[in-house]
Amino acid sequence: MKRLDVLLRGNLRQYVMIIALVVVIIFFQIITGGILLKPLNISNLIQQNAYILILATGMLLCILTCGNIDLSVGSVAGFIGAISAVFILKLNMPVFPAILISLLIGVLIGVWHGFWIAYVGVPAFITTLAGMLIFRGLTMVILQGMSLAPLPKAYTFISAGFIPDIADIDGINLLAILAGIIASVLYILSELNDRSSKKRYNFEVSSLGAFLAKVISIVAVINAFTYAMARYKGIPAVLVIVVSLVLIYSFITNKTIPGRHIYAYGGNPKAAKLSGVKTRKVLFWVYVNMGFLAALAGIVFTGRLNSATPKAGNGFELDAIASCFIGGASTTGGIGTVVGAIVGGLLMGVLNNGMSILGVSIDWQQAIKGIVLLAAVAFDVYSKSKSRVL
Amino acid sequence: MEKYILEMRNITKKFPGVKALDNVNFKIKPGHIHALVGENGAGKSTLMNILSGVYPYGTYEGDIIVEGEVCRFKDIKESEAKGITIIHQELALIPTLSIAENVFLGNEQTGKGCIIDWHKTRQKATEMLEKVGLNENINTRVMDIGMGKQQLVEIIKALAKDVKILILDEPTAALNDEDSKHLLKLLVELKNQGLTCIIISHKISEVVEVADEITILRDGATIETLVRDTDDFSEDRIIKGMVGRELKNRFPKRNHTIGEIRFEVLNWNVYDPKDTSKQVIKNVSIYARKGEVVGIAGLMGSGRTEFAMSVFGKAYGRNISGIIKKDGKEVVLNEESDAIANGIAYATEDRKSAGLILIDDIKRNIVLPCLSKVSKGLIINQNEEIKVGEEYREKLRIKSSSILQKTGQLSGGNQQKVVFSKWIFAEPDVLLLDEPTRGIDVGAKYEIYCIINELAEKGKTIIMISSELPEIIGMCDRIYIMNEGRIVGELTAQEASQEKVMQCIMRSNKEVLK
Repeated sequence: MKRLDVLLRGNLRQYVMIIALVVVIIFFQIITGGILLKPLNISNLIQQNAYILILATGMLLCILTCGNIDLSVGSVAGFIGAISAVFILKLNMPVFPAILISLLIGVLIGVWHGFWIAYVGVPAFITTLAGMLIFRGLTMVILQGMSLAPLPKAYTFISAGFIPDIADIDGINLLAILAGIIASVLYILSELNDRSSKKRYNFEVSSLGAFLAKVISIVAVINAFTYAMARYKGIPAVLVIVVSLVLIYSFITNKTIPGRHIYAYGGNPKAAKLSGVKTRKVLFWVYVNMGFLAALAGIVFTGRLNSATPKAGNGFELDAIASCFIGGASTTGGIGTVVGAIVGGLLMGVLNNGMSILGVSIDWQQAIKGIVLLAAVAFDVYSKSKSRVL
Repeated sequence: MEKYILEMRNITKKFPGVKALDNVNFKIKPGHIHALVGENGAGKSTLMNILSGVYPYGTYEGDIIVEGEVCRFKDIKESEAKGITIIHQELALIPTLSIAENVFLGNEQTGKGCIIDWHKTRQKATEMLEKVGLNENINTRVMDIGMGKQQLVEIIKALAKDVKILILDEPTAALNDEDSKHLLKLLVELKNQGLTCIIISHKISEVVEVADEITILRDGATIETLVRDTDDFSEDRIIKGMVGRELKNRFPKRNHTIGEIRFEVLNWNVYDPKDTSKQVIKNVSIYARKGEVVGIAGLMGSGRTEFAMSVFGKAYGRNISGIIKKDGKEVVLNEESDAIANGIAYATEDRKSAGLILIDDIKRNIVLPCLSKVSKGLIINQNEEIKVGEEYREKLRIKSSSILQKTGQLSGGNQQKVVFSKWIFAEPDVLLLDEPTRGIDVGAKYEIYCIINELAEKGKTIIMISSELPEIIGMCDRIYIMNEGRIVGELTAQEASQEKVMQCIMRSNKEVLK
């Protein structure tokens, strides 16, 4: 029990946010008369918020490095969306190479930012503020102030399409059901593996009852979710992207040396450097990665809008930053998780979606999101100040 | 009946899970310097925090009686109104403001309403600076004066508030010998003018010098109060009270064999990274053998830390030139990671800001310099990590609730043990230790010395920097003396004495003057 206590204290905000997310979902489910969790709406929710979740993943890494933020991601996303549309619609490039080149340009933008931040030492805030202006300007330049539309089907598939089913059964998507089962099996195997290796090291493991309860409830959530997918059109293509990103980045941050170096740098750059962490390299790659993910988010968003517009991506950076902080990241760096950022992003997404269903105007939505951000961080500050022993 | 200016009666303070203070009694006579000593975690700071109102009335049990009146402080303001002021180890000055502005911060000299009267401020500040003997312009920014003078500014600030009881927490920890002496002299002067002082200090020799009474705390309880001229006031006596047993030998003996030359630095030159015309290290050459503990003695600012850091993968300095040889072969260390890969480690003097990641737990700090040892490829085996953490926690006796405890919550001695664990885990052949026992208590120091001995016995080469001459002389096989970025002498353990080390420094100073 003591262990649980320690565990809870360390990740209090994240657990609270998961509970808050569940509460908000239940609240809107009831108040919207069950519309929120209709299969159609769940698909919508995912497709609407995918780009924020992608950005939040990258932003979290930036925030981990001493609370640096990247203000340019919205502009970069808009810029990449515009470039890809120009490639396809003006230069008649096939979709696949156009997207690939666009992503590569995103990486180059990341290299540009990373160079100034890590190797020249310009503060990240300034570098990315400059980037925000530069790429917003360039977006307008290459679009010449006009929107480019419509985009080919292969392009919009990424954000609006569904993975084709393997069988043709009426009213239910077999692939989605199968995906749920496979995911459950993989999840159970990884948990069992973890448990047995802990036993091999003679570490304490949670009681069998608690273990089963945890596994069963997570398996239930996975399958309920995929069943809902199956009842509509199946698995959205963008879901595959988001889930893979979450898994990959969670793995990198939690279990690999580069991930550990990011946390170490964020916790104390001086100590990290004196422990042999190549701090400049860490900072550089974090921004290169952010450039790549901003580009990906740009393509996803452009595909969903089915047009590239000069205004695309306005204010995305703020949503991404808010997601990270709601999800438990520390403003001074070194604390935060990918899953937390995703939970934060989903919380805002559900709030948006739920309020839209209720017919709350976009102006009010904005204000309420602001209050949620403030409340989440204030709660964290408060609970930390109470638990601190002088 | 003697009168006390301050009495703390039966103070008990509990934190969740720990009793920090247990029925502590503490009495102070007016116009005395009263020292409060004890190991880290004995409860000194907690007691002072109760007295100064950081922990408000109601969060502890017992009574505080100031000048015969029971006080219930709700916050620091109320204790200050009673004339109790605390100066913390980390100074509370604003570096970018001037001395005068700092002195009257929170106590601004106003004319009418809330408009600052600058004439009055300057006039009063000048007076106070004179009184304390601080020879600086009142308009100088605090960031431009040294630590010793900053400490004086803090005292002036307290005096400006009409302080009756001044509490100083480790006032000389960050000061060099000269500044410390000056500060202690000032305290005695202020005492003669009627001020009552409470000093918390790890430097027992200073306490013996200035205190009228010494109260010893151990494990949250008052052990005894020693009075000058009536009780035994020797260092040994005080240390015995603090640790609860007699420490016969402050420096443990080691049985080691010194082997062939393991590490050499030749003609090492380093320039200041901010000002490349300034040469910080001038043509330094040293060597160290296997199993040898080599000391680098010198005054603060003599370039010892800069030397060690520049050797450790150029962590300090610019335009570095010179040769590093390990086992006779030249090695090039351009980054900290190169040094670690070549079996060279550097444990910093500043463990809080550069040695540890305070928001991370013990195990993560330990494995950081050598993550590859607990990883397969790039993937960290977290179970292995826990095992390593437990192993070192046990081996070095790191006092903590578990290896998952954040290093920021540990006491200084235990933090230093984590720093040691970290570098022992990296298995270096050469360890550069920069002030390994700074700011930690007697008992923990002894344990650190034992660890150093054990490493030397295993054949590691230890190069130790320390400002405490007895420590260097007690621990090292051979001592280099550094001054103004140069090696100005070399002594073996047999011939070394504090006088000889100081002579080397003085002689080199004279040579420079010529």
